[in-house]
Amino acid sequence: MSTLYLLIPLAAILVIIAIALFLWSIKSGQFEDMEGPGFRILMDDDEDLIPDDAKVKKKDSDKKDTEGN
Amino acid sequence: MSDKTQQSCFHCGLPVPQGSHYHVDIKGEDRDMCCHGCQAVAQAIVDGGMESFYDHREGPSRRPEDLIPEQLEKFDLYDQEKLQQNFVEVDESNVKTASLILEGITCAACVWLNERHVKALPGVLEFQVNYSTHRARVRWDDSQLQLSDILKAISAIGYIAHPFDTSRQEEIYKKERKLALRRLAVAGLGAMQVMMLAAALYAMDYDVGVDESMRDFFRWISMFLATPVIFYSAKSFFVTAWRDIKSRQLGMDVPVALAIGSAYSASVYTTIFGGPDVYFDSVCMFAFFLLSSRFLEMGARHRAGQAAEELIRLLPAVATRIRESNEDIVAVDELSPGDVLLVKPGETVPIDGHVLEGVSSVDESLLTGESMPCVKNAGDELTGGSVNVESPLTMQVDRVGEDTVVSGIVRLLDRAQTEKPSIARLADRVAAWFVFAILLIAAVVAYWWWQHDPAHAFAITLSVLVVTCPCALSLATPVAITAATGSLTKTGLVTTRGHALETLAKATHFVFDKTGTLTQGRLHLADVKTFNGMSKEQVLQLATLLESRSEHPVAMVLNKAAEKQAAMAIDSLISAPGKGVEAVIEGEVYRIGNLPFVTELAGELEGFEIHKTVTSVGMCRGNQWLAVFELEDEIRQQAADVINELKRSGITVALLSGDAKEAVSNTAEKLGISEYLYAQSPQQKLEYIRKLQVDGGVVAMVGDGVNDAPVLSGANVSFAMGSGTQLAHASADMVLLSEQLDHLVTGVTMARKTLTIIKQNLGWAIVYNLLALPLAASGMIAPWMAALGMSSSSLVVVVNALRLRKK
Repeated sequence: MSTLYLLIPLAAILVIIAIALFLWSIKSGQFEDMEGPGFRILMDDDEDLIPDDAKVKKKDSDKKDTEGN
Repeated sequence: MSDKTQQSCFHCGLPVPQGSHYHVDIKGEDRDMCCHGCQAVAQAIVDGGMESFYDHREGPSRRPEDLIPEQLEKFDLYDQEKLQQNFVEVDESNVKTASLILEGITCAACVWLNERHVKALPGVLEFQVNYSTHRARVRWDDSQLQLSDILKAISAIGYIAHPFDTSRQEEIYKKERKLALRRLAVAGLGAMQVMMLAAALYAMDYDVGVDESMRDFFRWISMFLATPVIFYSAKSFFVTAWRDIKSRQLGMDVPVALAIGSAYSASVYTTIFGGPDVYFDSVCMFAFFLLSSRFLEMGARHRAGQAAEELIRLLPAVATRIRESNEDIVAVDELSPGDVLLVKPGETVPIDGHVLEGVSSVDESLLTGESMPCVKNAGDELTGGSVNVESPLTMQVDRVGEDTVVSGIVRLLDRAQTEKPSIARLADRVAAWFVFAILLIAAVVAYWWWQHDPAHAFAITLSVLVVTCPCALSLATPVAITAATGSLTKTGLVTTRGHALETLAKATHFVFDKTGTLTQGRLHLADVKTFNGMSKEQVLQLATLLESRSEHPVAMVLNKAAEKQAAMAIDSLISAPGKGVEAVIEGEVYRIGNLPFVTELAGELEGFEIHKTVTSVGMCRGNQWLAVFELEDEIRQQAADVINELKRSGITVALLSGDAKEAVSNTAEKLGISEYLYAQSPQQKLEYIRKLQVDGGVVAMVGDGVNDAPVLSGANVSFAMGSGTQLAHASADMVLLSEQLDHLVTGVTMARKTLTIIKQNLGWAIVYNLLALPLAASGMIAPWMAALGMSSSSLVVVVNALRLRKK
């Protein structure tokens, strides 16, 4: 049981660290837009990163998709 | 996928008018568009390589307003240093930062579209849109492009952006939100830990084997963790409770502060000097749940505030002053009587005065409700707020500040607002009584138990205070209203005042303004009569040619009448302001304009009956009549349906207008409104509404003009059209940004549903309190159970309200 005298203060310190991290994330503005960032990943704005040969392929499969619909 | 039989605009989803010829090729498919605006926007999106916007968006986009060149020019005003001082930060070497309000954002794809489009502009360093608040922050290099270029780029893809002053509201909200989040974080994490320790402490009550030093150790750690929760997170409860006591009112926070304060002090005393129970867990839980509900409430309040902020545009509190033949732009506040101003076509007359030079038509519809512009000659009065339509006017300022006509309307508005019946005030009074009752009961319970069982008196009193916490009761209304306003905002109906929904649910009368509300507020060609063997196509092409350089609203309709202009060269063209246009083409004199103007040249037109309900425009060649065009203010598409729907749900519909008798009765007849009044002044409109209210009616008013503002305020609940004036927006409880009248019906349905939910919530909260109170008073509920019961009852209320969010 005596380990509790060590473990409980340790837990309290962890809580303090957690609170500090939380306060930091609030300060850095991570809670300002709660909806937008989730959608950001879904948008195809990385076309310039795709190599040209791969791009052609992608368009083909795109067309098939829409035909399928 | 493209169903040609069901003709709805691919961009905005509105029906495509018969015989329309607008279409855009999107991803290899030909898509129908309803209007020029949608076509232009869709084309801009395709040209920018951003077609995938259409795959990702969640619903149809908003129909872009036809931006005429003058409106685009207005964006240029934002480039002036003087105006920029209010909302632009300048960094080192010409890098500027501004915050923008984006209108028309409906889904995440809109955010993507805007970000991509604007970031592609050369000179834009950073552009980020906040999807929750529809605000954007832009950083740009002023040496490469101007702010107006960014605003124009955004309007090219169908959204409207205008800069706003962040210091007025945004910064305050941000600070408030961050503080609330910090308090919530401390309370939440603290409460979790304390509850964990509390579980052990409760277990120790049944386990004799645990020594007292371990129990005390747990208590000290609990106190260490609970202290920041009380002094940091729960501070706001003490502050408001103290303020309430000082002002001799009883708010919700008084019993809350009493419960938290006394439970904490008692627990600290027990920890230090020993005793039976500590309540750190109950206190922390209580504080955390209360803070959570306050946080949700704050979110709702901020959203409402942001919606209101969107309506306050910075533009254009400036005027062009002429001094010693120099033109300079000055703020309207700096003007004094006697100053000479230049008002260009398309500009708003900034202040009251009279015409010195020039002849032009002036649109006073926002002030008087009269839909047609009237002619102003030298010496005629000009009213601030009216719009110069045709040609430049030089004016002299007569009255400034408080003396102007608009100020007068604002005063009328203020009075109407203060006389407004306030439901919110009533709710506060009820709450005060409720709190008083709780305190009284708690005192009685404490006294009784003190007499009979002093050892348990404190724990039981605490349970009573916590279990009867007016939490669920105080959450019942705001949560339901937040959920409902949230889903209404998504459809384009923004609620700016809290009571609007409650009142709307009880509305017995709907009063509409005509121009700009039931009608589009702009003319369209209703009928063409041709004479002397001309074909319809011929006269339309000719009219398009003749009116091509004119900016009068009538001319603006006719110069779009045909797809192409008649293939003739104009030799000379003179415009007669307020009358029409005379042109010489291939040696022959043509006139187009109002009937007297054309009759002057062509002589009386025989066998033709003039309709008083429409605006007639004549056209002649020499003494030969060619055509009479009949123009009408177009009735909004869904107007008739909406009025039928409202009538069916038991609401009386009336029409009040400043327009002349014929126009009003014609509209009323078409829409099936039996009760209408014409040629009404704002004062008369207000009296009409007052009369209905005296007879026990709950009046909802829909309007858009400055002249409607006092009436909007006087009504129990009011709607302003999105395109309406700033003053109308400010005085309305709800703003119909989507401009689609059928959303009014959605609003009424939603309001009624909300009222049902509120009643259910209040019923639940009362039943819960009635059940829990005797149990707590008889000592059957421990403080921690009370806190749990209180929070689950709140949860029921919240979950019930969230049903309103579903579509």
